[in-house]
Amino acid sequence: MTTEMRPEVTQETMIINMGPQHPATHGVLRLVLELDGETVVDVKPIIGYLHTGIEKNCEYRSWMQAIAFVTRADYLSPLFNELAYCLGVERLLGIEAPPRAQTLRVMLTELNRIASHLVYVATTGMELGAVSVMLYGFRERERILEIFEMITGLRMNHAFIRIGGLAMDLPDGVDEKIREFLEVMPKRLDEYEKLLSRNPIWVERNLGVGYLAPERAVALSTTGPVLRASGIAKDVRKEEPYCGFEQYDFDVITRTDSDCYARYEVRMEEMRQSMRIVEQALDSLPGGPVMVEDPKVRWPAQLTVGPDGIGNSEEYVEHILGGSMEALIHHFKMVTEGVAVPAGEVYQVVESPRGELGLYVVSDGGYRPYRVHVRDPSFVNLQSFRDQVVGQMVSDVIAVGAALDPVMGGVDR
Amino acid sequence: MTPEELVERLGSRFGDVSLAYGEVTVITSREKLVDQLEALKADPDLRFDFLSDVSGTDWPDNDLRFWVAYHLYSLEGKHRVRVKVGVSESDAHIPTITGLFPGADFLEREVYDMLGVEFDGHPDMRRILLPEDWEGHPHRKDEELGGVKTQYKGGAFIPPVDQRLQK
Repeated sequence: MTTEMRPEVTQETMIINMGPQHPATHGVLRLVLELDGETVVDVKPIIGYLHTGIEKNCEYRSWMQAIAFVTRADYLSPLFNELAYCLGVERLLGIEAPPRAQTLRVMLTELNRIASHLVYVATTGMELGAVSVMLYGFRERERILEIFEMITGLRMNHAFIRIGGLAMDLPDGVDEKIREFLEVMPKRLDEYEKLLSRNPIWVERNLGVGYLAPERAVALSTTGPVLRASGIAKDVRKEEPYCGFEQYDFDVITRTDSDCYARYEVRMEEMRQSMRIVEQALDSLPGGPVMVEDPKVRWPAQLTVGPDGIGNSEEYVEHILGGSMEALIHHFKMVTEGVAVPAGEVYQVVESPRGELGLYVVSDGGYRPYRVHVRDPSFVNLQSFRDQVVGQMVSDVIAVGAALDPVMGGVDR
Repeated sequence: MTPEELVERLGSRFGDVSLAYGEVTVITSREKLVDQLEALKADPDLRFDFLSDVSGTDWPDNDLRFWVAYHLYSLEGKHRVRVKVGVSESDAHIPTITGLFPGADFLEREVYDMLGVEFDGHPDMRRILLPEDWEGHPHRKDEELGGVKTQYKGGAFIPPVDQRLQK
């Protein structure tokens, strides 16, 4: 072929839209990818498909009701949302939950962390072609959800952690169930690692993929396993301990490879550390109430499990309806109006499975929150997507998205 | 550094510093914002090198109606500070801090989306959570809950629920 006859070679990039309905984007994340052949030139995450106005809704409810909203933000770690909100409001009120409630909060959230990391292993396994790991991960998560169901009555969105403590104490038999889980789980984790850690496909898809330099990770405000896999040991539980975390013996896991494989290793190790914490919490569980005594703050009824689920005990209903008029007035006032929180603002952080979860709670002294802002770690971590995939292959987008582990309920709120 | 020490250190240089609920708050103006954040980041003792959060609050009765709070953290010193800036409704502009903290990108866009405060110099000042053609900024206090024409299929009008608006 002579030069005149050769068609002119033009270089153009292609725009590919991935999501919002895509099995490998963890919910309704939409990515607009600009590709040059198979190489990613640019990526724009488009979010907001799951925006439900949680923050705005909180402003229209009593302080107590808002718990049921914030718990729905990051739906894989609902207890962390509740905990951060309640700790923030408790600081504004100047109260502290009793020791038993503090220990149970630690135990519940650490179980929740394991459940959330299990979803990471499961979904990442599925997205990268290891479907059996997906089945195993969800199987083990089911055990934790059963424990939660036993304790709180619900599998997700528990609204169990309340201002001043917990909704109710542990039911009988849950201790054995948790210990049984702690017995089984380490073996299962070893099993996953046998399946994955040296699996050529898993290694090929994760190792060296999604590199995020430590200084970029800090500049982009990433937190959680993403930051710790870049070698920076930032963990709120160690640095700004809440609920007595300084008493527990556990390690902050870091890796220095800053890639998807390092994030996998961090999460696997964190599950082991969480089990250590759960065990210590169970062993050191103090007695006593799970809710503050102050009748001006605490929920008026002690919940019990009745034939139709969790609710007010029959004696209590009898007391307010047939016994004491004052008790009825008090109950009515607490349920409809709730508690007035002194004016002020706090920024309360907890270490959620995805990183630093911050709740900025503002009160104007009224019976409803003036402003609740959720600093969701998934939302902030998502900014690092571009840094990790530009110049890489399009198939790496899946691995990077999976290793960031965003939960769209938290991202969009 | 404890909050008390922080107040002492900041007080001499940053003016309006207060301590409440164990948290240090610096109130500044938008003209000084970027310089002050840069100073907080560069100071060898303070080293506020990590941006945690940017969020906005609406106080409709104030002259400075919108207040944006920047929560900074120090990876080394493990202390926190909140820097607050207020702007009026007629001139709701704040210079961006994405030059100092690239992580402010999404967070500033969220404040713009929800409150309508514009961040001058931001590389991509668009809505982030709501659809691009959405009218209004829902976190303003004069925007009610409900009563919004849904902008999705069918465009039905959902009336406000009385119960939601209980005062």
